[in-house]
Formats: sequence, structure tokens, C-alpha cells
Amino acid sequence: MEKSRRDFLKIGGICALGLSSLDVADAFAKKRVTEFLTNPKAGTAKRWAMAIDVKKCWNEGNEGCTECILACDLAHNIPDIPVKRQEVKWIWNEKYENAFPGQEESMEPKEVKDKPFMVLCNHCLHAPCVRVCPTQATFKDPDGITMMDFHRCIGCRYCMAACPYGARSFNWRDPRPYVKKINPDFPTRDRGVVEKCDFCVERLAIGKIPACVEACKSKALIFGDLDDPESELRKALASRFSIQRKPELGTMPGVYYLI
Amino acid sequence: MKIYDGKYILIGLLVFVGLATFPIWFDHGKAVAPADPSLNTPVIAGMMVKHCILPKDQMITEHMKLLNVWRTEVVRYGKRVYVAPNGEKYEMSLETECFRCHSNKAEFCDRCHNFAGLDKASDPYCFSCHVVPSEKKPGAVAMVGKESK
Repeated sequence: MEKSRRDFLKIGGICALGLSSLDVADAFAKKRVTEFLTNPKAGTAKRWAMAIDVKKCWNEGNEGCTECILACDLAHNIPDIPVKRQEVKWIWNEKYENAFPGQEESMEPKEVKDKPFMVLCNHCLHAPCVRVCPTQATFKDPDGITMMDFHRCIGCRYCMAACPYGARSFNWRDPRPYVKKINPDFPTRDRGVVEKCDFCVERLAIGKIPACVEACKSKALIFGDLDDPESELRKALASRFSIQRKPELGTMPGVYYLI
Repeated sequence: MKIYDGKYILIGLLVFVGLATFPIWFDHGKAVAPADPSLNTPVIAGMMVKHCILPKDQMITEHMKLLNVWRTEVVRYGKRVYVAPNGEKYEMSLETECFRCHSNKAEFCDRCHNFAGLDKASDPYCFSCHVVPSEKKPGAVAMVGKESK
């Protein structure tokens, strides 16, 4: 049987049409695609950030108060590891000279020198940890949080080297035995995974505020949307002078200290 | 036909075939106990219509894929509510959603995972971080075990 060039092209065209109709039929056959929603109660912000009112922290809190740290430890199953260099910390306190190196000038009031500054992940706008992570296990959320995907972390610790604030901890050993009281709603971590403060993203998702902010009896921690001029955070920042940790590095930290 | 050292070669071949087929004839004819994952938990017992997030067959073969999708949606996109094909909404969380009904990891998850040959070393390592209900309140699993007897 001989086919003309014309017939060949016709058959070819019909075949191509038939093949492409498969996708169309598929699209119509699917009644509904699976949907993923956010909780309607979830807090929303362009950029979550925090201000720490150090005066309130020192003056209204009891001497040696660690309510915020304890609340965080409990909420996130943070292990209490006795070996100092293997410690896991999300929020902790630091002396002025260590929290703000390069900004100390030896003439500060004694109070500033001696009192503790609460430090945590700064959720930088230009987060160095995010830039160096080879697996994108740490990444920026659309709402400004520097997030960790523990599942994806391979434990290379590049992020720890990159973070200028020492806000990241590595799990040198299985942390489970060192967690005093396990919170069943939050996972523990595995050995070989880096972890840090996540601004309580799991609590924000259900409309709560971070555990440390909630726990602070003297309301020294102010949490809110840095991009919203009406937020409590922005009002606090507008009314008081504030400093940041290592601003010269250009990381644009999201944690402010009201002096 | 003459085979040099034929006696040794044939014996060697027989031994080899015997060893190579060992897994086949050793287990031949033995009945393997079914995995029999238990659905006997207080929450499931209290359900009017017993159903999971997806149809049973799909859950058996695809639960790991579903969990992987959930992980991505929750951790990376901040979406925490899953709308199942039947329109029901679920919180995408192993701890608060899966374990709400399947509070018996040892009799449910483990039985199938062991049956499928996922031994301790290759066990899905979900549970090295995600908290298993028995760790929530000690004795919870034992209680369920008693009820099933």
C-alpha cells in the first residue's frame, strides 16, 4: 500500500491530537485536587520580629529569672546536656560584652556590664546560615522566620560556622535521654542535626504567641510584625532607643534590644 | 565424556546449589503469620463509621508518601490543614492526628513494619524524633493490650 506524503501528515496529525488529548481527559477526570490550608486562627505577618526590653527584664523580673528559657525548653523538648560544649540552646542569656562585642567601651553603667541579655536566633533578613546551607534545610519563611527542616539537615554545621550569633546548636548525641519532660506535641531531634529557635512557628500556626513571650511575667519580650507600623513591636521601637547585635555585618537582625 | 576431578566438581556444585537455594527450601511450606495490625484503640472503637484519612488500601500502600507530602507542606509551606478527598479536614501532624486514633504504635505501626522486614536498623526513623504515644503517658499501650484480650 502506498501512502502519499499528504496522507502521512494527516495520520501524523491525528496521532498527535490523540496523544495530547490524554492530558486533557486526565485534567477533566480529576474531580478535585488535594488541598492544603492554613489554620484560620494562624497569626500572619510580613516579618515576625522581637524586641527585648532589657530594663523590664532586669527591673521587674526576679534576680536570675529564667522563665522564658524554661518555657522554651519545655515547648521544644530541648535537652539539658551536662557537657558545656555540647549544650543545646534556643534562648539563653549572655553578658553584654559577649552579646555585643565591639560595642563595649568599658565605661558602660555597671548594670549593663553585669546584667544578663537574653539572646536567641535573630531571624536575620539576610541570614548567613540560609546562604550556606547545602541542602536548604534552613530557609526563610515568607513571614520572615528563619526556619529549620530537621528532616533535611545532614549535620554539616556550615550554618553554625556562618551564624555570627552562635544561635545554632548541634546534637552531638541522641538528645532524648536528656529531655527532662517530653512535650508530646513537638518532636525531639536526632543525633547529627542542627537546631535553633524557630520563633515558635508551630504556635504561631495556631494563633498563639511564642512560648518565651507568653512566659515572661514582666512582659519584657515584645513580639510582632516588623512591617506593620501599627504593631505593638513597632510602637515600642518608635518610642525607645534600641540596639541590635552586630549590625555592622549587614545581616539585618530581627531581634532588637530596648535600652 | 570425562570430567577431570568430576567427583569433586559435582559435589561442589551440589553444595553450591543447596546453599544458594537455602532461603527457598528452608521456608517452603511454612505458614507466615499475618502482620495483623491492631485497630483496637479507644478512639477507633468509639467511631461510628470506621475510616482513615484515605481509603484503607490507599493508606496501606501510600501512607509513607502521604506523610512525606504532609512534612513538606507543614515545614516548608506552613500549611497545616489537610483536606481529604472526602472533604474532611485533618491537622497534618503525626503526633496529634495519626496517633490520635492509632495510639498503639507497637501493635499497629510496628507489626506491619516488622512483617515487611524493616528491622531495627532500617525501621522508619520517624520515631527517633516524633514522640510515640506510649512515651506520652507510660502504661497507655499496656492498657490497650489488656482491653483487646
